Amino acid sequence: MATTPQDLHALVQQKYQHGFVTDIESDTVPPGLNEDVIRLISAKKKEPAFLLQWRLKAFSHWLTLKEPHWAHAQYPAIDYQAISYYSAPKTNRDGPKSLADVDPKLLATYDKLGVPLHERARLAGVAVDAVFDSVSVATTFKDRLSKAGVVFCPFSEAVHSHPELLERYLGTVVPPGDNFYAALNSAVFTDGSFVYIPKGVRCPMELSTYFRINAANTGQFERTLIIADEGSQVSYLEGCTAPMRDENQLHAAVVELVALDEANIKYSTVQNWYPGDENGLGGIYNFVTKRGECRGHHSRISWTQVETGSAITWKYPSCVLLGDHSVGEFYSVAVANHYQQADTGTKMIHVGRHTKSTIVSKGISAGHAHNTYRGLVKILPSAEGARNYTQCDSLLMGDQCGAHTFPYVEVKNPSATLEHEATTSKIGEDQLFYCLSRGLSAEDAVNMIVSGFCKSVFKELPMEFAVEAQNLLAVSLEGSVG
Amino acid sequence: MTAITAGDLILSVRDLKVSVNDRSVLKGLNLDVRAGEVHAIMGPNGAGKSTLSQVLAGRTDYRVDQGSATFLQEDLLALPAEERARRGLFLGFQYPVEIPGVNNVYLLKAALNARRRAQGIPEVDAYEFLTLVREKMKLMQMDDSFLSRGVNEGFSGGEKKRNEILQMTVLEPTLAILDETDSGLDIDALKVVAQGVNSLRGSERAIILVTHYQRLLDHIIPDFVHVLADGKILKTGDRTLALELESRGYDWVLEEARA
Repeated sequence: MATTPQDLHALVQQKYQHGFVTDIESDTVPPGLNEDVIRLISAKKKEPAFLLQWRLKAFSHWLTLKEPHWAHAQYPAIDYQAISYYSAPKTNRDGPKSLADVDPKLLATYDKLGVPLHERARLAGVAVDAVFDSVSVATTFKDRLSKAGVVFCPFSEAVHSHPELLERYLGTVVPPGDNFYAALNSAVFTDGSFVYIPKGVRCPMELSTYFRINAANTGQFERTLIIADEGSQVSYLEGCTAPMRDENQLHAAVVELVALDEANIKYSTVQNWYPGDENGLGGIYNFVTKRGECRGHHSRISWTQVETGSAITWKYPSCVLLGDHSVGEFYSVAVANHYQQADTGTKMIHVGRHTKSTIVSKGISAGHAHNTYRGLVKILPSAEGARNYTQCDSLLMGDQCGAHTFPYVEVKNPSATLEHEATTSKIGEDQLFYCLSRGLSAEDAVNMIVSGFCKSVFKELPMEFAVEAQNLLAVSLEGSVG
Repeated sequence: MTAITAGDLILSVRDLKVSVNDRSVLKGLNLDVRAGEVHAIMGPNGAGKSTLSQVLAGRTDYRVDQGSATFLQEDLLALPAEERARRGLFLGFQYPVEIPGVNNVYLLKAALNARRRAQGIPEVDAYEFLTLVREKMKLMQMDDSFLSRGVNEGFSGGEKKRNEILQMTVLEPTLAILDETDSGLDIDALKVVAQGVNSLRGSERAIILVTHYQRLLDHIIPDFVHVLADGKILKTGDRTLALELESRGYDWVLEEARA
């Protein structure tokens, strides 16, 4: 009887595929957080004075804030003094000049992850800014991008090459005091990506970053800033996996997007951080602040995310629609298995006239996991003729998991049009049995049902990412039907 | 195994006792089905008709308390549902489920290839498959939109049943069990469904029709008609038995059995 719960249970027990730790000597700062640590980080990065002051201000503000606990998640208190705030892989010299200079072990790690950096980059025409721990180790395709005038570099490099853009835009979408984790990130962020697309330029390739957390007990604080100038277009991909760990690792990234007049930013994420073992031990805490501002008229920001990893996910990629006729989109698939807890959603803030937003959220819960959609659609008095369409669907696998939906709506302009659809369904015995009775294996059946459920989000992903996402989903949910 | 020819024993059910939630539903059922035969199983509501179909197809929320079922000389009850399908057992559902977003023909192609792999023959490629499906769709009077729609997604009751028969004609099972395939069909749809079923009749396979009504049997002429009541096959006859049941109901069969 291959379809009994016991057998399926065995499939659920499959170990995380990417569970390994690369042995690279890390230049790690001792645990603890104080002004000296921040000064040290800033000094290591040789940052200009304004940035140090900015960090210190964020830190003093952070000290006044309380860790938020409104999310639908439970976890032991985080000891922020037990975290090491800086860790850089040591290399032969100050830094690699090309791929040949990159630590071979590091490259092997990417290979294990199925990301042969150079080949992949060339074949797929993707420029990869690989973040390994807290320092970017390789950046490719710079020439082609720079010919187009596109700036795509590690954040720490942009600090030196484009300080004026940083000073102008950094923290203007997510202010340092925005929330507890954003403030912490602003104080201690170590690296990330910086993108600037000049006026009228259509970025010649998809921009991609692979994040990976490696050193033990190192909080990972990435900072990403993308600026799309008037009439420009860019598609940015972010994807990540993490090695197996027994202690929880904190990740608190900040992503800021700025779209000026008629600019178009597409930001896609496939997130596969270690979710903890089958008992809920270990796993990444992912507390992220992602926000985009459509500052110009007819600008557009689109978030697409596939979230399968992390023990706890706390993430609300949002759009502030300032410019008239600007468009915000959020397409999300969030998967929670075992003891994972995902609290995710979006905020669409309509300020400009005739602004439009679309939210499509697909939550999948399996095992003992809880999956929460939390969304806000806010129509300000100025947002004449604003429109929103929201669709929230939840899929439950088994009877130990939960799906929760908290849609908030605030409408202050009577001309607004809002539509909301929500469904909760169970991968029923019926659907599963139907597929089995047609000769499909339980795994294939579950994959097929789940892919069907997620179809409307997957079609928003760039092609090569959509395939990866589908595979990832298959791995994440292997045999998790009860 | 060697090719099946008329008269070969395909299914043999012996003294099958099955319960659902500790309630005894099948109470010692016997049934032999041979290649080339069409059997109709009729009976009142709650007699265990659907339970029999589901148990034979491999649904696990039934408890088999006693007895055996042999399919092509193998212990059927020891096989998981997908293995039964791959060996050529097909269940046409009374209530086919919707699977949103999963393409109708994608599922069908996966099903066909799972069967072909088990038979040790090469999988069909997209072109071959499409040619085959279009041909069968024509027979079932289904338009091309069925190719792109989700599995039973938004289908009417009649469309769902037609889709079941389409799947059957593509998969060409050795044993097809059609559970109340006629319910909810108007007379035109019934004729189309019957045509699909009849197209599959042959010496190398057998069909079990589970039905309430004799009107289906006007279009698909059975070789045997069984009365399933009180968890057992109480009476077996030819198609005239179906007509008699229609005019007299089932009570007399029960009374006869008690006597």
